[in-house]
This record gives sequence, C-alpha cells and structure tokens, in this order.
Amino acid sequence: MLPGNVGRAMLGPFADQRAVNILNHEMGTDRPLVVQYGDWISGFVVGDLGKSYAYRAPVAPFLATALINSSKLSLVAFLLVVPLGILGGVIAALYRGRAADRIISVAGLSATIVPEFVSGIVLILVFGVWLRWFPISATWPPGASALTQLYYLILPALPLVLILFGYIARMARAGMIEALDAEYTRTAILKGLSYPKVIWRHVLRNALLPTISVIATQTVYLIGGLVVIEILFHYQGIGSLIFTAANKKDFPMLQAGVMVVGALFAVATLIADLLYASLNPRIRLGGRE
Amino acid sequence: MSENSEAAANLESEPTRMGVLRHDLKRIAGSYSFAIGALIVIFWVCCALFGRFVIPYDPFADDMLNSLSPPSAGHWFGTDQLGRDVFSRVIAGARDILTVAPLATLISTVLGTALGLVMGYFGGVIDEILSRIVDAVLALPTVIVALLALTALGTSIVTVLFVIGFTFAPIIARTVRASVLAERGLDYVAAAELRRENLFYIMFVEILPNVIPPILVETTVRLGYAIFTVATLSFIGFGIQPPSPDWALSISSNYGLIGGGFWWTVLFDSLAIASLVIGVNLVADGIQSALDD
Repeated sequence: MLPGNVGRAMLGPFADQRAVNILNHEMGTDRPLVVQYGDWISGFVVGDLGKSYAYRAPVAPFLATALINSSKLSLVAFLLVVPLGILGGVIAALYRGRAADRIISVAGLSATIVPEFVSGIVLILVFGVWLRWFPISATWPPGASALTQLYYLILPALPLVLILFGYIARMARAGMIEALDAEYTRTAILKGLSYPKVIWRHVLRNALLPTISVIATQTVYLIGGLVVIEILFHYQGIGSLIFTAANKKDFPMLQAGVMVVGALFAVATLIADLLYASLNPRIRLGGRE
Repeated sequence: MSENSEAAANLESEPTRMGVLRHDLKRIAGSYSFAIGALIVIFWVCCALFGRFVIPYDPFADDMLNSLSPPSAGHWFGTDQLGRDVFSRVIAGARDILTVAPLATLISTVLGTALGLVMGYFGGVIDEILSRIVDAVLALPTVIVALLALTALGTSIVTVLFVIGFTFAPIIARTVRASVLAERGLDYVAAAELRRENLFYIMFVEILPNVIPPILVETTVRLGYAIFTVATLSFIGFGIQPPSPDWALSISSNYGLIGGGFWWTVLFDSLAIASLVIGVNLVADGIQSALDD
C-alpha cells in the first residue's frame, strides 16, 4: 500500500472536496493503511488481485492481457539475442586479444549502457521513418496473424536486443576462454581431433553453462526495459501497465504488476538453477567438485 | 597451511604497491578506449559547466514563428515545437544530468563501500543478514523500484537521488565485500588487530586504501548506469522536470512528432545521451583492463 490521496488523484485538483471524500470512502481508501494492506494481502494469497481504482474492474484480466503481450515482445527479443550473443561471444573468444575481440567486447559493452529509449528513437528514425521498413507503433491491427504480429514486434525488440547482447556475449566469451584453456581441450587437440570438432564437442558444451544463468537473470532487467519500450512504441504490456497505474495512482494495479515482476524474477532464477543443474552432470549426479 | 602462500603474496605485493599503482596509471592513460572516453566525458562536463556562456540562443526562449524549422545556418540543429534552438538546448542540457547522476553515484559509493567493508570484515551472521537484504534489493529492476518510490513519495530529484543511491549501493557492496575478504587474511590486518586498533580504524584506514582500485572501477561503471537510469526516469516523466533543457526530457516531449519527419528534435539529444554513457563506459573499461593485466 502506498500513501497518497487516491480520490484526489483520480478526480483532479479542481474536484469538490466532498466528492473526493465520497470516492475515497466508496473505494475504502480512507481507511488506515494497515487495514487496507491486510485486506489486499489476504485477497492476494487466495488469488484475488483486487479491483483497479482507475477502471473500476478486477485487476486480473488487465494483467493477463498485458503479460501475454509482454511475453510476445520478450520472446522475439530473446529469440534474436540469444543466438547473436552466443555467436558474438564465441567469435570474440576464438579471436581473443585481436581486433574482432576488442570490437565485439567494446561495442557490446557500449550497447548495454545506452538507454532503451535512446536506441529506440534512433532505430525508429532509421528503420521506421527514413527507410520505412517497419511500422513505428507496435500495436498491430486487430485479428493480425502471428507473422504480422512478429513484423510489428521486431523494431521494439531491437533496443532490448542491444541491451542484452553485451551481457550474453561477455559471459559466452568468458566461458569459452575458460574451456579453451582447460586440460581436456588440450587433450582433445593433442589426440588429433579436428579443431571444429574440438570446439563443437568439447568447448561449447562446457562454455555455455554459465551463459544460461545470465540469460535467466537478465529477464528481470528486461522487464525494466519493457516499461520504456512499451511507452515508446505504444504497446499494451506489463511495463506500460505499471507505468499507467503509477501515473493514475491506481495502487491495486501497480501492486499487482510489481508483485508479478518480482514473482517472474523468482521463477526465472529457479528455472535457471534447474536448467543449469540438469545440463551439468557434476551437479545432476550429486557429486561435488 | 595457507601461511606460506600469504607470506608469498605479501612479499610480492607489499614492497611494490606504489610502483604498481604508477605503472597502472600509465597503462590506463595509454589505452585508446580510455582516451576517447575521457575526451567525450570532458567535452560534456565543459558543456555542463560553461555551455550556457557560449551558446548562440537562450535555451528557454520561445520563438513560435520559427517553430519546428529544420537545421539551417541560423539554427544548426533546427528548432523544436516552441521554436527553441535545439543546438543551444543540447549544449545546455548536459548540466542537469551531470549533476544528478554523479551525486546519486556518490551516495551509492559511500553507502556501498561502508556496507561492503562491514560485510567483508565481520563475516558470519552480519554478512549473512546483509547479503540477503542485498539480494532482495537486487530482485527488482531499478526503474520499477523508482516508479514505486516516486509514486508513493511524489516526484522529486531528492527521491531520484536516494532511489538510485540505495539500489546501486548493494552492487558496490558486493564488489567491496569480495575485495575485503581477500585483504582480511593478510598480515597487515592481523598486525593492526594485534595492536588493538579499533574496528573503524582497521576497516577505513588499513583496509579501505587497499581496495580502492575495484571501488574505482565499480563507481565508474555505476556512473554510466546512473546516467542511464536518470535519463530513463526523465523520459517517462519521473526524473528531471520541465522546463530544463535536459536531453531525455526533450526527447520525451518531442518523440510524438517523429512520425511527421521532425527528426532533428530528437536525434541530437539521443546522440548526446548515447555519447555520454558510452564515454563513461569506455573510461571504466580502460581502467578495468589496465588493472586486470
């Protein structure tokens, strides 16, 4: 529960004080914060997310639609960035210390730190306004096919790709270098296996394990980026839902949205741990190094 | 069992510490990425400090007759919706973000260093409890935490400063903690303990100077992210407020027009933000790779 006069925020600064009081009373926002919070949390644990102040309707359906939309956007971003990031990291590691490595590392690091709305604006200008390859809004016409939806989502996904590329490439590079320097790689080369075979069979498998956990933990930072991207591209997802709720002081919506983000982070971390364990025989078989 | 290796480590590192530092500084200054980054950052700092004295137009002066005119000899970067000179606004726009972001970074560095020293030096239960709190803070994206705090407390720069300060502090604390753990076992700490120096003396006078390099790297990296976060918050209307010529704010009020082809109202501000964060990042990268080698 957050402080602030909800009725005043909804009715605006010029509304009659009596109207504000009545609205606050109707919504129960004139009760002590502790009571409101108890009310909300007891509903939350049984799956009742409460009613939105702004829409006067249950929060859950709004949240569900927003989550589906945001997952589509994130999925497109991940499908683009994971192969690219790993490829970038592998190339950097194979050309360690040379120009290709420096370029990939520095460019990746730089892309990671440029705010999403900045790269988003530049991408909209270049690909949306000048070249006209992609639409500048992410909202597709109703009833659009999956392929059309994908077409609308590529431009919004690119700023997220830029943010994540550096992290994934850096982890993949570090993992690759560790594996390349390992004894088993030397053995594999010395026993006469061809270089591509060594990379494919021995190095990659070991190198990409740490990358998986990075990809999962980056999901949560992706959600921070979704707020900005969804505003910039007029897209109805979880980020713009949280943003709109914050602006309208729609606390039930805001709380539910933030809780979902926290839960997603927990789930993503858990999946990463399980995946890591199932791919790593040293952990899977219960032995410790 | 580790006595020998510790002694060896001391022999290697102790006598040459100043020499190593001087060597590091030379390496840092010599790297290309550092030089380029430093030049960009110095340029924007100069704009922030002296920009307002050299710009051709008042960044706040409306000129409705000349609104949205494209770049020309009179207005190098064109004019915005209110006819304000974009070039003057871009130069003047460096000031606010270069005040807020470094201040926020300073808060997080001070907090994070103190926290990291305590966690690393005491260890045990204190470390365990603080580590869990750190994990909890890191579980939500900064932008979401900031949205919550700013909605609850009202939009203000002080809130922005503290939200960034508090959410970045744990990250710095984690780095400091790791370095302190490595220092903690060394003989000079044991010697100070045997001299019965007080805890604050040991942490802040004995250990702190030896963990400065990683703190320096982490602080520079955090400065980049602070600029990132302040810009993002200003873009969504929760950070720096109008009529500041701040870059993110200008983009926020003009990006609705880009469909109409008025690219000059947002492109130069975007490039300004991008160049500043990349500059800071190159500086951090330069320091880091010099210290790593």
